[in-house]
Amino acid sequence: MAVERPLPTIATPLVVDQQEQDAVVVEEVTKVFKQSGAWLPWRRGRKERVVRAVDRVSLRVKRREIIGVLGSNGSGKSTLIRILSTLLIPDSGRVRIFGYDVVRDEAVVRRLINRVSVEASFFKKLSPMENLIYAARLYNLPGREARERIESILGRLGISAARLKQPLEDMSRGMQQKVAIARAFLTAPVLLLLDEPTTGLDPRSKLDVQTFIRELREVHDATIILTTHDLEEAEALCDRIAIIDQGRIVALGTVAELKQEVVRQLGLSSSASMHQVFMHFTAAHHITEEDIHRYGSWEKAFEAFEAMREEEE
Amino acid sequence: MLLTALIHRGRATYAFFERNWNLTKRYWAWEIVWLLYNIVNALSVTFIGAAAEQITGAKVKFDTNSLLLVLVIGTSVWSYLSVTFDGVTDIINMERWEGTIEYTFMAPISRFTHMVGSCLYAVAHGLLFTFIQLLVIAAFFHIDLSHANYLSAIFLLMLGSISFIGFGIGAAILPLLYTEKGMQMSFIVKAVLLLVSGVYYPISVLPGWMQPLAHISPATYVLEGLREAVMQGRPLWSPEIWSCTWPLILTGLISVPASVYAFSLAERYAKRAGKLKRNG
Repeated sequence: MAVERPLPTIATPLVVDQQEQDAVVVEEVTKVFKQSGAWLPWRRGRKERVVRAVDRVSLRVKRREIIGVLGSNGSGKSTLIRILSTLLIPDSGRVRIFGYDVVRDEAVVRRLINRVSVEASFFKKLSPMENLIYAARLYNLPGREARERIESILGRLGISAARLKQPLEDMSRGMQQKVAIARAFLTAPVLLLLDEPTTGLDPRSKLDVQTFIRELREVHDATIILTTHDLEEAEALCDRIAIIDQGRIVALGTVAELKQEVVRQLGLSSSASMHQVFMHFTAAHHITEEDIHRYGSWEKAFEAFEAMREEEE
Repeated sequence: MLLTALIHRGRATYAFFERNWNLTKRYWAWEIVWLLYNIVNALSVTFIGAAAEQITGAKVKFDTNSLLLVLVIGTSVWSYLSVTFDGVTDIINMERWEGTIEYTFMAPISRFTHMVGSCLYAVAHGLLFTFIQLLVIAAFFHIDLSHANYLSAIFLLMLGSISFIGFGIGAAILPLLYTEKGMQMSFIVKAVLLLVSGVYYPISVLPGWMQPLAHISPATYVLEGLREAVMQGRPLWSPEIWSCTWPLILTGLISVPASVYAFSLAERYAKRAGKLKRNG
């Protein structure tokens, strides 16, 4: 269990305890969103909507580990990332990052993390350089040092120096996403939260980003939590994978362990693919031999149960 | 250690100032539109003063210069208040519009540093707008400023800015909590200040129930004090200026910490309810 430590003040430099083996400890975390019912007379009839986005999730991420979080759209991946990013306060449970509580020690945690989200959020009228210099100054990087790092990182991601001064709105989505990734790498966080970072990138750019992610772990000792829909990427990058469905972690292990489990549960004679692993654990219903026989194939049975689930929701 | 923390705060404060300046440069066409709008608005109000004799059909000689000064001070303070107030409420509005709010709230800086950087720019921006507006108005009307005490005027404007910032931070809570309608709600706060603060008329003409609101508004004291300083040439130490100074000190001392505290509560609520996620 992670040891609680005294809180450093803003005046003290933050040193992550080298003995701390758990980078992230998530204990029984739940987050429920409520859309209140109507209180205005002309809106009466609208019912209160409750969404259990994260449901008693527990997870331990070791220092220098790259862990993938896979799940369908709306499964709770991004909510979990937002909780780790101090942008959401959980309703119950506890999250510690290098021993610091994300709610109580929020200011300290913010010095340890950075995040890349699926949408490249920037001041789109400003250039990549202006946006990144702004971000760098917030993270206490001097302007000159930041400029050098920005040119180096963006150069490696294939963005030429000539484009650094053009407005971001003139760049493609993929290019904007690269700038977003550069923003996170710029501050060399000890915990990097990547929420579908390569969505919209071409295959070459994806490889560039993956190389960077590995390098961040090797050179900067970073721990990385990655959510993605790209199963190949997850397989290539992650030490362990957590599969989340309807707010709950339904599977956790190395790629090999998850595949073995699927082979065992489905009684397959050959190795399972990541696609099968994902489909198996996120299926609305555990598909049996009987279901396969009834619907004609595993895929058809899967689709039928998904349709039923959507209808219920 | 303390020096490191101070450098970080200074750097972050500058980051907000620089970012807003860069945005002003990139949105230059909008800046010109708003500047022209403010100038035309100020001119049209001031022309009412110039035409007072004709409008009222007054038989006796009218003190047009005084009326013009009342209106010029009113339009200038209103312009300054508007630009500064908008700049402060843009702490949230702009971030929602651009979709950057989560990144700013995730950065390792205190909300106070965030606000100081944004507010400093808002004040500088407001002063520049008002100065240009005054130059244009001065070219249209021959206003006698021979009695003006500029030191008192600048002092009151700066002192009043602190309270404007306090009210602006308070109004910035609205777009933080109401992702879609918050911006319009903050306009209402500004409009109420315009109505009750005696921008173009003495507050004594307001209905009795409205007058207590005028006494809460810092703009009331800025306007009264500026009129005393510019039209009567009152020095800083005069009782007339002091009667406007102490309420401004009081509203500044109350509004800034109260608004920052209320903002921190609102931020916490927004993080519980997931209000930071959605962009406007």
